[in-house]
Order: sequence, then structure tokens, then C-alpha cells
Amino acid sequence: MEYLQFLIIILFSPLLNGIIKKFKAYMQGRIGPGIFQPYFDLIRLFRKDMVVSVVASWIFKATPYIVMTSVIAASLIIPVITLKSPFGMIGDVIALIYILALGRFFMALAGLDTGTAFGGEGSSREMTVAVLVEPMMMLSIFTAAVSAGSTNIARIAETQNMLYSPSHILALAAFIVAVVAETGRIPVDNPDTHLELTMIHEGMLLEYSGRYLALMEWAHYIKQMLLFTITADIFFPAGISYTTEIYGLVLSTGVYILKMLCFAATMALIESSRAKIRFFQLPSLLGGAFVLALLSLVIHIMMGGK
Amino acid sequence: MGIENYFAAGIFFFLLGAVMSCVLSGKAQNYTYVLSAIGAVNLIIAGLYLSAGTLISVPSIPITPALEFSFQGDALSGFFVTVISILTLAVSIYSVGYTKNIGNQGLMGFLYNLFILSMYAVVLSGNIITFLISWETMSVVSYFLVTFDRDEKSAKAGLLYAVMTHIGTAFIIILFLALYKYTGHMDFSGMRAASAGIPKDLKTMIFIFSIIGFGTKAGIIPFHTWLPRAHPTAPSNISSLMSGVMIKTGIYGFIRINMDVLGHGPEWWGITIIVIGAVSSVIGVLYALMEHDIKKLLAYHSIENIGIILLGIGSSMMFGSNGMYTLSAIALIAGLYHTLNHAIFKGLLFLGAGSIMHATHTKNMEDMGGLIKPMPYTGLFFLIGSVSICALPPFNGFVSEWLTYQALLLGFNAPSITSKIISPLGGAALALTGALAAACFVKAFGISFLGVPRSPHAQDAKESSASMIVGMAILAVLCLMAGIFPGTVIGVISPSVIALTGSDGNISYNGLLSIGKTFSSLAPAAILISMLCIGAAIAVFIIAAGKRKTVYADSWDCGMPSLTSRMQYTATAFTKPIRLIFKRIYLPKRELSISYILKPLFVRSLRYSGEITPFFERYMYEPLTAFIRSAASKARMLQSGNLNLYLGYILITLMLLLIFGI
Repeated sequence: MEYLQFLIIILFSPLLNGIIKKFKAYMQGRIGPGIFQPYFDLIRLFRKDMVVSVVASWIFKATPYIVMTSVIAASLIIPVITLKSPFGMIGDVIALIYILALGRFFMALAGLDTGTAFGGEGSSREMTVAVLVEPMMMLSIFTAAVSAGSTNIARIAETQNMLYSPSHILALAAFIVAVVAETGRIPVDNPDTHLELTMIHEGMLLEYSGRYLALMEWAHYIKQMLLFTITADIFFPAGISYTTEIYGLVLSTGVYILKMLCFAATMALIESSRAKIRFFQLPSLLGGAFVLALLSLVIHIMMGGK
Repeated sequence: MGIENYFAAGIFFFLLGAVMSCVLSGKAQNYTYVLSAIGAVNLIIAGLYLSAGTLISVPSIPITPALEFSFQGDALSGFFVTVISILTLAVSIYSVGYTKNIGNQGLMGFLYNLFILSMYAVVLSGNIITFLISWETMSVVSYFLVTFDRDEKSAKAGLLYAVMTHIGTAFIIILFLALYKYTGHMDFSGMRAASAGIPKDLKTMIFIFSIIGFGTKAGIIPFHTWLPRAHPTAPSNISSLMSGVMIKTGIYGFIRINMDVLGHGPEWWGITIIVIGAVSSVIGVLYALMEHDIKKLLAYHSIENIGIILLGIGSSMMFGSNGMYTLSAIALIAGLYHTLNHAIFKGLLFLGAGSIMHATHTKNMEDMGGLIKPMPYTGLFFLIGSVSICALPPFNGFVSEWLTYQALLLGFNAPSITSKIISPLGGAALALTGALAAACFVKAFGISFLGVPRSPHAQDAKESSASMIVGMAILAVLCLMAGIFPGTVIGVISPSVIALTGSDGNISYNGLLSIGKTFSSLAPAAILISMLCIGAAIAVFIIAAGKRKTVYADSWDCGMPSLTSRMQYTATAFTKPIRLIFKRIYLPKRELSISYILKPLFVRSLRYSGEITPFFERYMYEPLTAFIRSAASKARMLQSGNLNLYLGYILITLMLLLIFGI
């Protein structure tokens, strides 16, 4: 079981996206599509023929595979329902962030590969957002990592002793902003629009079709669930199983489902209650989150944390 | 064969290469670089022996009774010899094909070999006289290489380089003299033994002078201004050596003086170096982003990477002064590992830039585009270099940055509040640097190699010759190797780290790179293997899903007649968001002039120009030069040209000496 926990993320990530959409629909007074709609979309895309630009090079064709590989490799590392993850040793939280960055790097290259303005625009914005998000994400993880004395995710989850201290809450707030930005959600990016002037993530994918698009979309769902899971591991590890004993796993799975539903509801709430902000106002939002992360670290030191 | 023989053979081949390139002519001249490559292979072996802890010292050659040449090698020298040799091997092979297109090949070959020998001499010097002579030789030879093209631009860059590097040398001479005065020794080992007797204030002065002296060579901010000008003007094989290894001799000198000779200083030394490292890395990469000259861009990235190396070295010094030798060793391993990695990937990127320029005859990225199709190998290798420099797994940059992160996070264990706060902030700076570097190389690779050709030059580009491709391939393979076999690399670094810190950092490698102190672990090879398996699984999944047709069509053009190459995103447009977000640092200026047929609706032509303010040049160097100029023009009053006046000066001087001196 512990070998296969990464499959949970791969298989159920489209479902999670469907649930977020459903929650959003409820909050906005709509019925909305069924929660299994993302699966139908993926299957439909896998069945379609593809249109590829004549300008595109092998980078364009390799990118869907690389992006998918990077998110799956990252989900190998993180503990989902048990901390006894056999792959947990091959990389830590820093490796995880950099493996995801590998996917982003190629996605941005693919945006430039077809020689259109939209692709370049998407790439440029995506890399800019990453510039603002990564230091903040790292800093909020550092607070957790220094108190655990390790960057190993399972170890951070095990020794999470700053639960509900002020520094914990501040780091969490910063991290949630980072997750919102990384998953391309409002107020940073709008996942539901293909409006030229506002799109970031969708801009890079504009030239993709058929199964390449399916891979990219699926990878995006996986990345989203991955980021929720890592938030749960680092900030709310309560309930996760320390062993591979079956009762513990059942309990842990239940708690995990609950946590994911909470995240889905939170995301839907943020998306429904906020408007997308202008691109050049992002620095104040993300910079604010950086200050939160920094404060959390300073408070942690001042309170004499190890 | 003993280690001395490998050294002798290596040096012999370089000298032979230097002579033969002057003697031979025509096609044979290019093949003299094969001799340098053979020399480099010998010195790789010698360097590996040396870095494993074999000590060598060559009998001193007296010049005068007081001064003598002495060469000595320890593990640290051995590590740097290895780094220099690895890059030299690849660059020499590359040069066989590359130098066909540059004039005055005899001179090139001669200077090339001399330049490499002078770098070896620097890291193998046993005393300060040998060090200074080698250091000067290296600076002068590289000056000739920077001005090799003999045009106005390279003459200017060369002059700036010569001035800056000599200011640096002046500080080095002063600090060496101070060391000599207080220890009574000229050789490094004697100084080390007697360094306890140096007064504390003097140690501080030596530390600060070493930052300026060696920092100028290494290109730390704010002593970096020569670097982005001088490196790009040299021919690309030389830029590769200059950025890959020459600036590392600054790092070598810094480690030699501050960590070896002086021993452990106070904690604030380390913290200062962490701050300098953080500033250099962030500012270096920010300026790189705004550069559209591909070689200048790479030169700014050298500043960034020196900053990352200093983050490791600074942490090491900080831990060392707190007596935490295990942590000090981890941080030093991180710094030295990045030193090697930067030599490999920056060398590769400069060679790639050389190939691009060779094919397109331009350095300006805005005139490139779509090069991956005519130049598939150069494209692939440049991509590998880009991924490595952005520290993305599974390539080498990632491992050394991971180690640097670990070192900085461990800073939390230091006793003082300052180091507890500065270290994680250094980590945040490293994360920012990483993200900016990724943006920069998406730009560098995406704009030059992808999309539609932006100029006729790019349209007609051709792949480089076989030897150039082989040279790049060696480095590309090494990028991967150093990324997935960290145990081997750390094995080479360890003896120097043990010699300097007294510990091996408790880092173990058995397929899993783990830091005993933190339980943090990384298995780069396993990451690569799992990525390959996952990739294969996805491919199988796609194939199993059945075959589908692929139609090739034009990119989406919004219903316009058709896309032209000018409708693509440019490098300027790509970096605009970052330029606006960091406008406090860039101080960008833009000018828009519009001429109208009929105001305000009918525009005849638009002229847009934008630039960023080079902060350090404008606010630091320009006032400084202005001051020196005005001081010099005031001093000119003394120089009237009148012989009698000069005789009068001599008379006055003599009288003053007689009155006060004796």
C-alpha cells in the first residue's frame, strides 16, 4: 500500500478539481457540471486527433511528457496517507519544489516554441509569478523545516510541534497564498477563461490539443492535489498514519479525504469571493505573503524555537 | 607513473601546444589544441591524485637570495587543478573547430596555452611571490585575449578589465605584505603556522582586503563591472575559460587566505560573506535578465553563481568560527561542489553561445529564433546547460544548490540571533535567484532557439563542426554525471574540506546522499531513474490508448492573414513584467516619441526606446572616476615640464629627508 499511495493523487486529482468546481457552482447559485466531468473531459481529449503547429520543435512535443513526469515524480516523494513512504527518502521538500520547477520550465519553453504572442505572454507571466512565489514558499517551508531540523517531508510531519503557534498560522497563510498562485487560481490567474489579456497558465497551453492537452490538464490537476497534500503534510499532519497498519490507514484515508474537501471548499470560497487582480498588483499580494513568511520565521526565533 | 610525471607531462604538452601553434600554419595549426587536450587529461589525473591528499612540493627556484619560486600542491590546489583541467579538456577540443574562423591563430594558440598554464600556476603557488607573478601573468594574458579582436569595443573593455584587475591586485599585494610582516614567512604553510601572532585588527584588514582583491577577480558585486564587459568581448572559447575557471581563482585565493592561512575569524566574517553572496546572486541574475546580448547575459550569470558559491563559503566560515566543524564542512562542500558545477555548465553555455555566434554572426538574441531546427545538437546541449544552471533536477546545479540550502538551513543551529535570521534569508535569496535564473534561461533558450527565425542570419544558420559539438557534448554529459553521482564528486572534494575544517561533514552517500545531522536526504540517481520509468509508463499509456492522427497547421493567428516573426514575444517583452516589478533596482527609463500626420489619431511613426540605469556604474564608479580625474588634473600643476622645477623638487625632497629622515 505504501508503495502505491502516489496513485491516490494521480487517479483522484481530476475528481478533486470536479469537486472544487461543484463547490464553486453552489456558492454562486448554479448547479454546475457533475464532479466527474474532468474525467469525461480527459477521456474526450485522449480520443481526439491533434493539431500541431508547423513552427513547433521537439520541445513542444516532449513538454507534455516532461510536465507529467515531473508532477508524478513529485507525488512519489510526498506522504499521502502514511508517513512510511518508501520513496520519501529520494527527495525532500526542496527537491519537490525543484522537480515541479522543471515542469514549469519546459511548459514556459513550449509557450515560446510556437512563435505566437499568446504563448510568449503566458510564459513571461508564469515565470514572473514564479519569481514572486518561490522565495515566499521556501521561506514558509523553512519555518517548518527548522523546527523539525530537517527538510524531509515525513520528518517535518512527524515533528510538527509548532501547531497553532502564531508562527505556524503566519507561515500557513503565506503558504496558502503560494498554493493559490501555483495552482493558477483567482486572484492570481483565472482557470476558467481564455481571455487573451488575462490568461497566464492557459496562454502557454493555447497551442495544445488532443492528448497532449489532456496530459497537460491532468498534470495540472495532479499538481493542484499535490500542493494541497503537501500543505496538509506540513501544516496539518494530524491524523496521518505513521505505520502501514491497516486500521491506521483506513483512519488516515478518512482524515485525508476530509482535509482535501476542506481545501476544495476553501479554494472555492476564495475564488467565489475575490476578483482576479491586475497582474501588476500581484507583487503587493505576494510580497505581503513574503512578509508574513518572514514574520513567521522571526517569531519562531524570538519564541526560542529550536 | 607518479603524480609528478603527470604534472610534468601535462605542462610539457601545454608548452608544446604553445610553441607548435606559433610554428605550424594552416590546418595543422588548429590541431595544436589536441596537444592542450592531452595536457588537460594528464592534469586531470594529477589533480585527482592531488585532491585525494597526496602532497607535492617542487624544489624552490631562487631568483634572489630573499625571493624564490616555489610550487606546492595540497588537496585544495588539487581540487582546483581538476576543475580547470576538466573544462580545459572540453574547451581545447572545441577550439579545434572554433579557431578556424578567427584571425591570427598562432597568437591565439600561444596565449591560450599560456593562459591555462598561468591558472595552474596560481592555484599551485607555494609562496606569495610565485602567487603574485602567476596572478599577474594570468591577468595580462587574459587582457590580451579580451582585446584579441582589436576593435574599439574590446579595447575599451580590455582597459576597464586591466584597471579593475590591477586595483584588485594592489589590495592583494598589500594584504600579502601585511601577512609577511607579521608572520615573517613568504610561503603559505609558514604563514599558516605563524598566523596566530597576527593582531586582531590586522586580521580584519586582511579579510576586508581579500574581499576586495579576490572579489574583484571573482566578480562579486560591487566589483563586478569589468566582468560583463570583458568576458563577452573575448573569443568564446576564452570566455568559457574565463567565466568557468579564471574567476574561480579568486574563490581559491579567498579560501586560501581566509580559511587556510588565517584560520577561523569572528562570526561576522561569515555573515558578511553570506550577505555579499546573497546580494551578488540576486543582483547578478536581475541584470542578466535585462541583457539581450547572449554572452553578456551569461557573464552576469557568472556573478550570480559566484554569489551562490559564496553563500556556501560564508556559511562555512560562520560555522567554523562558532566551532561547529561538521556544519562548516557541509557548507564548504556545498560551495566547492557549486564551484565545479558552475565551471561545467557555464563553460558549456559559453561554448554554446560561441556556436550560435559562429552560425548567426550576432550576439543579439532579438535577431535569433528557431535555431533548434538548423542546430539540433547545439540546441540540445545549450538546453542541458540551461537546465543545469537553473538548478533543476536531475542535473548538477540542483545537487550543489540543494547542499547550499541545507547549509543555510543549518544556520539555525548557530548561537547568535543574527546568523539565525541571516541564514534562512540567504535561503530565500537563493530561492529568488533560482526562480529568476529559470525566467532568464527560459528567455535565453526560448528566444534564441525556439519560435520563428527573427532575422535572415538566423534563417541561414548551420550546425557547428564536429569538434565543437564533441567539446560541448563532453560538458553536457558531465552536467548529468555530476548531477546523479554526487558521491564521486564529494569524494574528490572531501580531502580539501577535511584539511580546512577538520571534518567531512558527516555526509554519506550510498545511492542516497544524506546529511547525518538533519536526516535530510536526496537520491539524484533515483530521481532520474524514477523520472525515466514514469516517462516510459506515460509513453506506454499513450500508445495503449490507440493511434490518433496528427495534423500539422499554422499556429493560431487570431484570424489574421498570417503570423510574422515580428509578432512573436521578444526578449524585451518577455522580461517586461520583471523590469516593472523590480523597477526600484533597475530604474528603467523609456522614451516614446510619436510623429503624427494629424494629432491625435493618425500616427506616422512611433519610436520607442528603453534602457535600465546601470546603478553601480552610474552611482559608484562614475563619481569615483570623476573624482580621480579632477584630483589628477589638480596634481598636474606639479608637472610643468620645466627641468629646473623638477631639479628643485629633488632638492626639496632631499632636504626634507635629511631633516626628518635621519
